[in-house]
Amino acid sequence: MKENAILEMKAIDKVFPGVLALQGVDFTLCAGEIHALMGENGAGKSTLIKVLTGVYSKDGGQIYLKGYDKPVIIRSPQEAQKMGISTVYQEITLCPNLSVAENMYIGRGEGVRVNWKKINEKADAILKSLDIPAKATQQLSSCSIAVQQMVAIARAVDMDCKVLILDEPTSSLDEQEVAKLFKLMRDLKERGVGIIFVTHFLDQVYEVCDKITVLRDGRLVGEYEIKDLPRVQLVSKMLGKELDDLSDISGEHKKFQAEPNTPPVFEAVGLQSDAGIKPFDFYIQKGEVNGFTGLLGSGRSECVRAIFGADRVLGGTVKKDGNAIKIAKPIDAMRNGIGYLPEDRKVDGIVGELSVRENIILALQVLKGFFKPFSRAEAARFADEYIKLLDIKTASADTPIKSLSGGNQQKVILARWLLTHPEYLILDEPTRGIDVGTKVDIQKLVLKLASEGMSITFISSETDEMLRTCSRMVVMRDRAVVGELTDDDLTQGKIMSTIAGGEKKDE
Amino acid sequence: MSKILKNQIFIPIAALLLLAVFNLIMDPSFFKITLGYNSAGDPVLSGYLMTILDYGSELAILAIGMTLVTAASGGQDISVGAAIAISGSVVLRVLCGRDHHAETMQAPIIVAFLISCVVAMIFGAFNGTLVAFFKIQPMVATLILFTAGRSIAAWINNNELPIVNEVRFSYFGGFIPGIPIPTPFFIAAACVIVIFLVLKFTNLGLYTQTVGINENASRLNGLNPEFIKFLAFVILGLCVAVAALIKVSRLSTINYSVIAKDIEMDAILAVALGGNALSGGKFNMTASILGAYVIQFLTTTLYKFNVPADALPAYKAVVVILLVVFSAPVVRDFISAQWKRLTKKGVTENA
Amino acid sequence: MKKKVLAVVMAAAMVLGLTACGGAAPAADGGGDGGLIKIGIINNDPNESGYRTANDKDLKATFTEANGFQASFAYSLKNDEQITAAQKFIQDGVDYLLLSAADTAGWDSVLKDAQAAGIHVILFDRTIDADPSLYSASIVSDMDKEGETAVNWLKGQNLSEYNIIHIQGVMGSAAQKGRSGAVDAAAASDGWNIVTQQTAEWNAEKAQQIVQSVIDAGTPFNVIYAENDDMAKGAVAALDKANISHGVGKDVIVMGFDCNKWALQELLDQNWNYDGQCNPFQSQYILDVIKTLESGQEPAQKTIIMDEKGFDATTITADDVNNYGI
Repeated sequence: MKENAILEMKAIDKVFPGVLALQGVDFTLCAGEIHALMGENGAGKSTLIKVLTGVYSKDGGQIYLKGYDKPVIIRSPQEAQKMGISTVYQEITLCPNLSVAENMYIGRGEGVRVNWKKINEKADAILKSLDIPAKATQQLSSCSIAVQQMVAIARAVDMDCKVLILDEPTSSLDEQEVAKLFKLMRDLKERGVGIIFVTHFLDQVYEVCDKITVLRDGRLVGEYEIKDLPRVQLVSKMLGKELDDLSDISGEHKKFQAEPNTPPVFEAVGLQSDAGIKPFDFYIQKGEVNGFTGLLGSGRSECVRAIFGADRVLGGTVKKDGNAIKIAKPIDAMRNGIGYLPEDRKVDGIVGELSVRENIILALQVLKGFFKPFSRAEAARFADEYIKLLDIKTASADTPIKSLSGGNQQKVILARWLLTHPEYLILDEPTRGIDVGTKVDIQKLVLKLASEGMSITFISSETDEMLRTCSRMVVMRDRAVVGELTDDDLTQGKIMSTIAGGEKKDE
Repeated sequence: MSKILKNQIFIPIAALLLLAVFNLIMDPSFFKITLGYNSAGDPVLSGYLMTILDYGSELAILAIGMTLVTAASGGQDISVGAAIAISGSVVLRVLCGRDHHAETMQAPIIVAFLISCVVAMIFGAFNGTLVAFFKIQPMVATLILFTAGRSIAAWINNNELPIVNEVRFSYFGGFIPGIPIPTPFFIAAACVIVIFLVLKFTNLGLYTQTVGINENASRLNGLNPEFIKFLAFVILGLCVAVAALIKVSRLSTINYSVIAKDIEMDAILAVALGGNALSGGKFNMTASILGAYVIQFLTTTLYKFNVPADALPAYKAVVVILLVVFSAPVVRDFISAQWKRLTKKGVTENA
Repeated sequence: MKKKVLAVVMAAAMVLGLTACGGAAPAADGGGDGGLIKIGIINNDPNESGYRTANDKDLKATFTEANGFQASFAYSLKNDEQITAAQKFIQDGVDYLLLSAADTAGWDSVLKDAQAAGIHVILFDRTIDADPSLYSASIVSDMDKEGETAVNWLKGQNLSEYNIIHIQGVMGSAAQKGRSGAVDAAAASDGWNIVTQQTAEWNAEKAQQIVQSVIDAGTPFNVIYAENDDMAKGAVAALDKANISHGVGKDVIVMGFDCNKWALQELLDQNWNYDGQCNPFQSQYILDVIKTLESGQEPAQKTIIMDEKGFDATTITADDVNNYGI
């Protein structure tokens, strides 16, 4: 092993049916460093981490740990923990209805007799030393997500962990919380813990990390000191192609500018659903890309769900080309040429065990009807066409969609709706949790579709993404529409101020 | 090899082979089939294999419906046996009319059968409504009919034991004159053909699986998940009516408290033996149907070795345990890893 | 909720009881003279079997108002529900409590209550584990005797060899024990060969499968001893399928129990050979006991064993079928 290294993975292989998930990947982690693991979805980050934590068994290669003279074999996450490898996942895996201290000490072989007083004191001491704003006796669910994550880290620290893996820890945190988390990470680094940090946020990598290891298509691209690898180069290494700049696409495509007084394709007046949003008005023109923006929970998704009939509609009217239509259920919306890519891909989008092909044809098949199934050949033709068109990375059209990476799953759902050739396509967070390359692809596709005459609503948490694609943005706050921005008003600052509500509109 | 291991149909085929090999070693005469004549003078084939074909068929018919219910609702219908009692009772009620020992049938068999189909589908719809619209756990919802069904069956015939004295009625559970293969097999074959045509020429399969795997997604893709679940229960009702016809035809009468007793467990076991997840979602109809015959193969084997009828469930429990263990992903991964190691070793040794 | 319902039911029952008492004014204590005799009958669910159906019908036909009785019925296959019903009857102030218990245990306290209230308890069909002083009479079938009668008949057939398929009822039930015991004893003493001995749990289809299995195996047999008619019918279905002749003067002797009307008809048609009775017609015996008690005497015997016949296909008549078939 290299000097100062606490973990070395050498020539790791992992094979899934039809896919080489990892091929000879090396990874080295030193004590007291924060090491970013980067790559597109499907590059092999999660697989590598699951091999390291014993969730998957490796098919080749060795893992060396400091303190062991032979390569170690890790059979389960429990074994990994015993060896000092702990993981904190994006989704909190603690028990929300137990106390903080209970969560820190549960399942650690404390035996039947437990001295809770002592444990609470111990927990408080650790929380204090790590500067985590929580009390040992507090119920975990009463803490914010960020603090819950920190408690998970504290648990790992107390278990004497040498290698701490943080898998997308920041995706549900706000800026201040991220700052607190980073402080904690730096503290741990001082203590000599090696941290593996997996994230999609480039800014955060450059803010906190020392080294970067980049994976692509299951292979190692390289390991770099942070100062040697400028951002653009990192992106191009992740994508495997030269990319001038992420923001170049807004120049490529001219945004749609509606002629004044063009009648809208779809129009909603006083629409209201049982999801608790205030009645709102909405319209969209042919070939237009508009967006809903606002903080998480401001009602963006609920608005489009109401248009699509996904929630129960309580009132209001929807018009298509000026004629009133009735949308009570999603099928009504689909028959009227609306498509909807839902916000939560896993819960609302994919049909996990079914094949990519079946997932692609699903919506069109439902539209066609119960008694008119597509022949196997037809279905295969559709699937192949869109797998090629959207560059979906899958072993075959028969592969279950759940074994695809997140970004490719998203492309399949997108293909599903494109196949129905909708007049109006609603995309709710189509780029969430997917890699940079796919994000750019999807943005480009949106603009292209719009230029061909499709009306599109594009919702994203990343404002700059929306600025690049939308020509008009509906701003929401507290479950109500509070403004609409077009043309010159479409700037970060203006959006922020409208969301915040500090600045009154001119009128 | 690992591909074969992963294939769903592997499980019932492996079980079938295992049983066949066991019988071959213990007593090869198990596979003997003889042509004889029944008391009416018609040619019949007999032997253990024929018995399996005969009794496995009613199970296979039920497995069709149970597979759909399992896939769509992620639960099982435990009222199948009671529903067979009801449906069989209806057949006899229509055939015998008021006089329970009528010398001649009071209605054509087809009329009796169609009426019993309607009744069974209504009871299926009752279960389906509870599950789909009232969101009651399938096992809990069907517990109602499970409990009440046999009393309803007895009530239909005023607690009498009607007997059909018409020889044609016994054909459904026996033999058609001149055809030496048990009729239930042909009925099951017809049902299997129908369900495969339905699966091919409609979207029943795709819709049921979609609803079972991800109900939210199915709704957002324009499906009506409640209706699909409801439909699955109604189809199971139809299967129940067919199985009930065979059952009552076997003896031309009915015993409300014991007819088709515990058959729901065998039907569920057939689905499980087919490698289908009992939590719903993706299904393989062929594997379920094969599973049904494997269960009967097991039952017949146990009878052959004089295992008392009341001990049969214990043996089936062993099968369930093996099934659960071998279908667990951990065990499967372990087996395929071991297999890989073995084959790898083989390769290096050869080289 | 259950308690509430029960309370309402009981209240209603009491009101009914009171009005009934008011209606038949002098019939208060001891019942009898001029008014109707009030009896409460606790039985198993008539849906349970043909035997039970016949039993229930017989009781209903005997204890009518025309015959001077006011009878209330309660049915359950569960002991605790039966005990609740008994308590209700005691509160209603019946004169006689007729009981066919689901379970043998647990009756002491409620029968003491009945005794304290001056109610005569008559057990029918099934006995219980309680002090005999707690009941006036017990009218039962002797299952051992049923078995012996059948086995003696079989011995009398003087077959050159006995290869018997013995199909048993639900293991542990009184009927199974009695009917199996005789066969086991005879097999041991006379060297009968039991080809197979299995329980079909009173179920015709299971019996059919068991016999089918023996036929498939090719083992020779010449007697089917089925512990009820349903199972015998199942067995015969298997024989018919394999063209094995059965009945009087044929290859296989078929024996059943319970004397269902359709089974006796099979005897009359010479398709079966023997059917043992398990007499469900207990009402006449009960009636005799009640008459004795009403006249102020105690019954001569506490345990009354009913006459039970065994029918032979060679001697059965159409009248027998109508009189004894259930």
